[in-house]
Parts: sequence; structure tokens; C-alpha cells
Amino acid sequence: MLTSPEALLAIFGMALVTFAVKAGGLLLANRLPREGFAASWLRHIPGAVLASLVAPALVTGSAAEVIAAAVTGLVFVVSRNLFAAMASGVLAVFLARLVL
Amino acid sequence: MSTLAPASYRFSDQFYAGARACIPVCISVAAYGVVWGVLARGAGLSLFEVILMSGLVFAGSAQFVALDLWTATPSSLPIGPLILAALIVNLRYLLLTATLRPLFRPDQQLKGALMMGIVSDETWAMTVGEMSKGRGTIGFLLGGGVLAYCVWMATTVTGHVLGSAIDDPTKYGLDFAFTATFLALLLGMWKGKGDLVPWIVAALVAIVSAKYIEGSWYILIGGIVGSLAGAIAERLRHAH
Repeated sequence: MLTSPEALLAIFGMALVTFAVKAGGLLLANRLPREGFAASWLRHIPGAVLASLVAPALVTGSAAEVIAAAVTGLVFVVSRNLFAAMASGVLAVFLARLVL
Repeated sequence: MSTLAPASYRFSDQFYAGARACIPVCISVAAYGVVWGVLARGAGLSLFEVILMSGLVFAGSAQFVALDLWTATPSSLPIGPLILAALIVNLRYLLLTATLRPLFRPDQQLKGALMMGIVSDETWAMTVGEMSKGRGTIGFLLGGGVLAYCVWMATTVTGHVLGSAIDDPTKYGLDFAFTATFLALLLGMWKGKGDLVPWIVAALVAIVSAKYIEGSWYILIGGIVGSLAGAIAERLRHAH
């Protein structure tokens, strides 16, 4: 058996609401003014969202994650290379967990 | 009077540039894809259902949450809760795709809305990072998006097929790839002291929200409060 009608319905429903939210963000933004407070708010969203994604993981993580985050940040500031920063962060957390 | 765009802005060049730039974040997409595929098999999803869900829903965190609710017997499948959970987990995309507006001209609204289906956290982050440096195009967004989509499809299927061979990505530190990438992206977005207020407020609000509210609300709450704080701080500075 490949799938059931119930599973199909659930997956199509999930797909529909996911697409609606993604498309909705862009369409709502188009209705906001392009300058002034709303535009300034939109401009600050990327940094705020990334900070929100990263911060809880760092404060709830163990010492290994904090060390690895410091290594990641340092490598990125020195090299400006995203892949190098990511790879050294992963390596650092791997080694730190072995040692700690 | 040439109507040709500069070579570096050709769609195909931008598409490849986007795909190339997104390789690091696609490594963390791949790690999570394999894990999701393995867990999906455990939760009772068939290979066809894995392909269907990864291909149509294409939202990692929503797919993980769905596994908690999934049942192997179709008659007990909680269809309503599954759809509602996908909606709630994905609400943060309202914020993410709103910031992609500068990529599209006002007459490209429909085209833009249709393209949003392929946006994920990772390729969104890469694209806004590019936009903050005065670059970033539709081609760049699509290049990264198509690569991430293919990687997600391939790795979730691989996970389902491999079964329990790979069960624990934390063993190799791969769970940290997500945090490391987003941290580096955030640092790359630094444009000056104006970023200090929104980033610190967002971080603090997200930390508190994550502690007291279950689920991924902290991304939405921290993102909204932090960006509003940034806009208010900007207005106060200009008022003087």
C-alpha cells in the first residue's frame, strides 16, 4: 500500500497552509508603505530573526556549544568565510564533547 | 545605450551563485534530512508518503512536529491537528518572506508569491545576507532554493531507505551545523551600532520565550519584538 486517503489529505493540508504562510508574508509586506516606520521595521527583521534563532541554543547549550560558538564567530570574523566558520564550529563541538 | 544587464546579473549566473553560496547551509539541511527520513520510517510513513511530504510541504520543523502526531493506522490519523501544527510552526515565514520584498518589483507580486514555496530558513538567511550587502536577486534565491529542495528530497528518502543505520547526528557534531551557520550569517549582517538594539532585544526576548513557551514561538516573538525595537530606536535617533 502506497498511502491512505487520510494521509493524502493531511499532507495536502499541511502543504497548503505552509505555502499560504510563505506567500502571505510577501503579499502582506507589499501592502506596507515602502518608507518610514514600516520599512524600517521590515529592514530590521532579518537580524532580529537570526538573533532569535541562535541565542536560545547558545544559552541552553553546554560548555561545548559555547566554546564552539566562540570558535565559529572567531573563524568567521577572521576569514569572512561561511563554510570555514561552519566547519570549524562543527569540529569544535565534536572535539569539545569528546574532551568535556 | 545597451539593454543588456551586466554579466554578473544574468539569471543563470545568479542562479549558480545562489546554489554555490548555499552549499554550507545545505550540509545542515542534509544532516536533518537524513534524520527526518529515519524518524519518519519509525513513525510509520511509507516511502511514498515521505516523498510526498518532503516534496509538497518542504518545511523541516513542521515535518518534525508532524512525526510526533503521525499514526501508522490511517483511521486514527489526526488530520486537523497535523494541519494546524504545520500552520503554527510555519507562522514565522510571515516574517521571513516579508523581508524578501525588495527582490520583486511591484508588478511581480504574483510571480513572487508563487516563488515563496521554495523558501526555507537556510536559503532565506543566505539571500537576506546577500541583500544586506547590496546584492541578492531572484536568481540567487532560486538557485539556493532549488539546491536545498533537491538535497531535502534526496536526504529524507535516503534516511527512510537506510532506516536505522544512521540514528544520531549529534555523535558527529552535525546538530551544531545549524547554529554555527546562522551565527556566522548574523555576524556577516553587522552594519553598525544601529543593529545593536534589535539584536540584543531579539536575543533576550527569544531566550525568555524559549524558556517559558513550548514550540518554536520564540523565533516569531523574538523576531517581531527585536525588529520593532530596532525601528523605534531608529525613529528616536532621527527625532533628535
